[in-house]
Amino acid sequence: MLGINTQALFGQLLLGLINGSFYALLSLGLAVIFGMLNIINFAHGALFMMGAFCAYFLLTWFDLNYWWALVLAPLIIGGFGIVLQHTLLRRIAGLDHLYSLLLTFGLALIIQGVFLNYYGSSGLPYAIPAALQGGTNLGFMFLPNYRAWVVVVSLAVCLATWFLIERTRFGSYLRAATENPQLVSAFGINVPLMITLTYGLGVGLAALAGVLAAPINQVRPLMGADFIIVVFAVVVIGGMGSILGSIVTGFALGIIEGLTKYFYPEASNTVVFLLMVLVLLVKPTGLTGKAT
Amino acid sequence: MNRVHSILMFGVAMALSTAAMAQDKTVKVGNLSDQSGLYADLGGPGSTLAAQMAVEDSGLVAKGWKIDVIAGDHQNKPDVGTNIARQWLDVDKVDVIVDVPSSGVALAVNTVVKEKNAVFLNSGAAASDLTNSQCSPNTVHWTYDTYLLANGTGKAVVKAGGDSWFFLTADYAFGAALERDTTAVINANGGKVLGAVRHPLNTSDFSSFLLQAQSSKAKVIGLANAGGDTTNAIKQAAEFGIVSGGQKLAALLLFITDVHSLGLNIAQGLTFTETFYWDMNDQTRAFSKRFSERMKNKAPPSMVHAGVYASLIHYFKALEALGGNPHDGAKVVAKMKEMPTDDPLFGKGVIRADGRKIHPGYLFEVKKPSESKGPWDYYKLIATIPAEEAFTPLSQSTCSLVKK
Repeated sequence: MLGINTQALFGQLLLGLINGSFYALLSLGLAVIFGMLNIINFAHGALFMMGAFCAYFLLTWFDLNYWWALVLAPLIIGGFGIVLQHTLLRRIAGLDHLYSLLLTFGLALIIQGVFLNYYGSSGLPYAIPAALQGGTNLGFMFLPNYRAWVVVVSLAVCLATWFLIERTRFGSYLRAATENPQLVSAFGINVPLMITLTYGLGVGLAALAGVLAAPINQVRPLMGADFIIVVFAVVVIGGMGSILGSIVTGFALGIIEGLTKYFYPEASNTVVFLLMVLVLLVKPTGLTGKAT
Repeated sequence: MNRVHSILMFGVAMALSTAAMAQDKTVKVGNLSDQSGLYADLGGPGSTLAAQMAVEDSGLVAKGWKIDVIAGDHQNKPDVGTNIARQWLDVDKVDVIVDVPSSGVALAVNTVVKEKNAVFLNSGAAASDLTNSQCSPNTVHWTYDTYLLANGTGKAVVKAGGDSWFFLTADYAFGAALERDTTAVINANGGKVLGAVRHPLNTSDFSSFLLQAQSSKAKVIGLANAGGDTTNAIKQAAEFGIVSGGQKLAALLLFITDVHSLGLNIAQGLTFTETFYWDMNDQTRAFSKRFSERMKNKAPPSMVHAGVYASLIHYFKALEALGGNPHDGAKVVAKMKEMPTDDPLFGKGVIRADGRKIHPGYLFEVKKPSESKGPWDYYKLIATIPAEEAFTPLSQSTCSLVKK
């Protein structure tokens, strides 16, 4: 068919889906934080990187394996996020977006600089857990078990987060609190606490993605910086603050990027931004965004 | 009497100052490198340290020379690199630029240095063009180049039966040069190249490219990339069962920092070419011990760091032989080419008319975890490529400085 190897094409689609699951997880955290807190969290990539480093430290210092890291790293880094929110971000709540962007961007540079200083740029090894090694031959490609695991986990977490925010009582409080914080606190709900917890949740999602990425990439100080720009493009395309939009766009862009890697690999780093420009021209609020 | 005295004094002062001008003993060294990106570990701050150690070990400071070392971050971008180079040469009066990994930046800086008649001692970049079509009377290419990598690793792999290749190539000057030079070696030795895919610099996910390489059915997947790109590709190739599926990886350029980052479990068995390893002999071990003690992460020197050190040692010898710093790059480089080189890290050698430093290359294999006796004990020597075979023969050089 048009000289295209269909087997290879299926392979690229599947790989796109795998990368898309990282985009989805990261952009989901960004969307939660932006949608609920109105903060453009540029430190998201650095926190993602800290999640991966946390997994590495847990293994080398405390002998706690991957499965522990999967639970503990999001909690530890989420806790770190809560401290950040409580000490720094809280002070600029209500100011223009630009302030939170600058503050979190500065934080990201500091965090990356500290890690670069102590661990260098080439990174540290983190092995795939024994239970997920190996792979399955699907006929059209060899699917490593670990990659399949990543897709499953990220889909499950994305859906759970969406459910939490859109379908539970806690989620409805949260959404109400973003619309009108005074009115909600008048009902006796502790709005500042909810906001802090939400930031912690968003950061925890980034850390979880970091743990998932650790065995695939090297655990490197710049791993987040490489991802974050693409993820921001995903959020912009999906519509700032839209939970479902960022999940769907994350997976879709992963697939588009995968196809580009097959047809014209030189452009694979730029295709996402090309799409972003197109979407902004046609629908400036993003694919699922509401006009404000 | 008083007047005669003051005239005499003036004369003496004049004589002294002209003598001082003839023997200007100030030197400014600029380490232009990737200080924070994917090549920062193999060059970066380690190259600045190597330059400082060269200054200390040259003994010139004790003889009244004043030598400064400054550092800049070119971020692997040719435009950023040329801007810094211009500022250094025009405003800061830098005499010699060292390191400059990333061939795209190195080729751009090469032009600026020639235009400003300064000195360029390249250690980090690989493109053999630096001493061929782009050669310059102001440039010495010290550590290694794509010709050496192709003839070292490329030839060894083809001779071992790996006669069909597929390249994963970094999409910039270095990758293109390495693919070109390796292809020439493969063809000359009876192998063939089935295809290539060019990936953007600093790619975190190689699975798509690896899948294409896999479906090409080539016996060898040649990695014409470096640093973080190479380690990601190797790690993910293991994940996708490329090696267990019967295809062999040829990492055409691998540094000790890459092997450390991969861990021996994944890196074991890889063969590659370098010109320096810390554990070669007593002199390299002594230098490496002093070096790693001063490195933040206690890493031993990479071959790029070693090249920065050795090239500066030779540069300082040339300055001393000239009796001062003439601030004339071409003149200093000519002197460097005239004098045979001898340093503790690369041994005895020469710099050819085209600016190519000549020394042996070494084919190494990464040890198995069971063979490694301690931290950073990673390589075993497989073969030595004699100095006269390691680099482009002058008869094939396209450099205009070579008289034929």
